Amino acid sequence: MPKRHLWIALTLAAGLVPAQAEIIQVTIDRLVFSPATVEAKVGDTIEWVNKDVFAHTATVKGGWEVMIPPKKSASLTLKAAGPVDYFCRFHPNMKGRLDVTP
Amino acid sequence: MSIRHTAALAALLLLGAAPFAQAADKPTDPQIAHIAYTAGVIDVEAAKLAIEKSKTKEVLDFAKDMVRDHEAVNVQALDLVKKLKVTPEDNATSQALSKAAAEERAKLAKLDGAAFDKAYVDNEVAYHKQVNGALETLLIPSAQNAELKSLLETGLKIFQGHEQHAEHVAGILK
Repeated sequence: MPKRHLWIALTLAAGLVPAQAEIIQVTIDRLVFSPATVEAKVGDTIEWVNKDVFAHTATVKGGWEVMIPPKKSASLTLKAAGPVDYFCRFHPNMKGRLDVTP
Repeated sequence: MSIRHTAALAALLLLGAAPFAQAADKPTDPQIAHIAYTAGVIDVEAAKLAIEKSKTKEVLDFAKDMVRDHEAVNVQALDLVKKLKVTPEDNATSQALSKAAAEERAKLAKLDGAAFDKAYVDNEVAYHKQVNGALETLLIPSAQNAELKSLLETGLKIFQGHEQHAEHVAGILK
């Protein structure tokens, strides 16, 4: 029982002093994700900025997908830790990676 | 006329290697622009046939992606030739591409259902492969204007993506 209280206290403390969530931009220009690899934390938001006249996606096989229309931006807030490889479903030669730490 | 030229790019992609083998000398920029546009138009036309005939979601989605991307590339190609004041010039490679594409479309038009899907997607893989080969070994190295070269390089990445996308769809159909 005391152990449980300790956990709750720790969780609350963590919640009260959150690391500042960041917005991290990934630019898409001429079918390249840049930077190709991004280090981020759970709670950070990735914003893909599409400079191409082509629609792209950021797609994780068996996971999430973000549609990124031509000349527009799209965002995703990271909910889970771990490395994630993603690609564009329309142009699978476009690849990117997120290294997400807790 | 300009729409026709844009189509050339698409066409390049669809036809494959044979039409390019006929190009004896290095193409000039006006010829490259014509070929690239033609190759695009050919792929758009093939995609429109697929949208009309196929009932398979993956094939329809792929065909719509082809129309969207190739039309976008060709808009850029037209803007560029206008800016550079280049008049795309018809040539033997463009003509061979268009001829081969017309034959392929006639073949596809006779097919239905799963046979159509397979023939269309297999041809998309082969066509994009051929166009990519032509872009890499002939068109990009021959292009003199830096902006034209850059557009062709972007086109190559797009078409390489389409080739992989087509291979993925072909895998689903099996």
